[in-house]
Amino acid sequence: MSTLRTEEMTLNMGPQHPSTHGVLRFVIRADGEVMREAVPDVGYLHRSIEKIAEKVGYHGFMPYTDRVDYVCAMFTNQGWAMASERLAGIEVPRRGEYCRVIAAELNRIASHLISVGTMGMDIGAMTPFTHALREREMINDLIEELCGARLTFNYMRIGGVAWDLPPGWREKALAYLDHFDPILDEYNSLISYNKIYVERLANVGVITPEEAISYNLVGPNLRACGIKWDLRKDIPYSVYPDFEFDVPVGEGRWGTLGDSMDRYMVRIMEMKESSRILRQALQNLPSGPVLAKVPRNFKPPKGECQVRIESARGDMGWYVVSDGTGYPWRVHVRTGSFAAMGIVQKLSRGLMIADLVTLIASLDVIAPEIDR
Amino acid sequence: MEPLAIYQRLKERFGDRVLEISDSKLDPFCVVDPAAIVEVATALRDDPETAMDCLSNQSGVDYKDRIEVVYHFFSYRLRHGAVLKVKLPRDNPSVHTLEHVWKSANWMEREIFDLLGVTFEGHSDLRRILMPEDWPGYPLRKDFVEPLEYHGISTVRESPIIRLDTRKK
Repeated sequence: MSTLRTEEMTLNMGPQHPSTHGVLRFVIRADGEVMREAVPDVGYLHRSIEKIAEKVGYHGFMPYTDRVDYVCAMFTNQGWAMASERLAGIEVPRRGEYCRVIAAELNRIASHLISVGTMGMDIGAMTPFTHALREREMINDLIEELCGARLTFNYMRIGGVAWDLPPGWREKALAYLDHFDPILDEYNSLISYNKIYVERLANVGVITPEEAISYNLVGPNLRACGIKWDLRKDIPYSVYPDFEFDVPVGEGRWGTLGDSMDRYMVRIMEMKESSRILRQALQNLPSGPVLAKVPRNFKPPKGECQVRIESARGDMGWYVVSDGTGYPWRVHVRTGSFAAMGIVQKLSRGLMIADLVTLIASLDVIAPEIDR
Repeated sequence: MEPLAIYQRLKERFGDRVLEISDSKLDPFCVVDPAAIVEVATALRDDPETAMDCLSNQSGVDYKDRIEVVYHFFSYRLRHGAVLKVKLPRDNPSVHTLEHVWKSANWMEREIFDLLGVTFEGHSDLRRILMPEDWPGYPLRKDFVEPLEYHGISTVRESPIIRLDTRKK
């Protein structure tokens, strides 16, 4: 029997493709259905946010930070605020910190809901996506009441948050959590343990712990490789030491440690932990002001610092250089998606084309966060 | 280990090639000879006392008279970090890549090359990453002037309110 002749194909995927989670392009070299390599081509959403920071000043940059990662804008707000506060040595009032944690953890649930919802959709399961977005919609309603916006929040300020919780909001948020906790079980029974779903994700895109650290993967992607590392626990910031919560890690229960399924499950478990933190924060909310006195003409002294926070996509590093004027000299934000995208080329070798879709979804990359 | 103790350790080992140690209250940093960056960084990773297994951030800053490349290292095992800097001339800034030491350097160096025009010798794939390949100049340099047009597409929109003379500064 003669062997079939095969030919290497070069395929283009994106930049407008429903499963690339934003405007993102891949150049795929494939032999049949098996990829030799997928080379990511990013930059379609580059808006020069770091350059804009040099022109608009410290307070003025806050709304722009929303656009760095619009799926979890609370964290980009918080990172920028914390970096500016650290430069100027500003102490945030305790209630302000609590408001930040509440807003951020709500946003983490919303972001993870998008991540796990679109993951199902990428595989072809449409229903879980609608369920996830339904839950996210309620969080959006809550946050809208808090700050007037549903996506780009601009809620935090240097020195605290813009507004205190509105009257009756706390009860609404607690009621939402009572509603949300059982939903996760429903979600799990609907899709997480579904045989087809597990088989599409288990053993796909396996990342070893050493690789994950060398490629600087962060957040849920790092924890899925079995590394118990969460900045909220390990280098605590804000008021996270006040709360009790666990750091879920990947166990390789469905396949190999560090596969797509582990990354998916870590996000599911993290939503539970966020809900735990939210309950504690809402119940022990201290009284007092939410915003420290910060001069309108904010000029931090000359110096530079880096602040790292645990965003929904992991360790987000804000490196800020101040030259003593009202405008930062340089701002650089190191984001989780940028690092995650860097490993795709390596992981794609030998993968099926259809698995590239689940791989990107499981890494939870958000294109604007890569490009900034 | 505290950052300053790490820098002192480097100073003992590398002598003159560690140029400057800053004891800033925020994030102290250490300036090293650009020619020695690979050696110093590899030592930071392989020395069991420092064990920097992760290059967590790499960025560039244009100071008008020089360009600095800033490295933020971190050790997951020992839970400490260090900041290293190299100072490069503004004309043809070039430094050796750290790609073979930490994989994450690949993309971060491409970004610095793209936005600040620093060449990384020995880099396997030094292409622009965020800007289009034919973009003129390096946007994060302080003297960069945005072109008014790109392939016939205007980058500005005339506004009767905002006078465009602000961009001449």
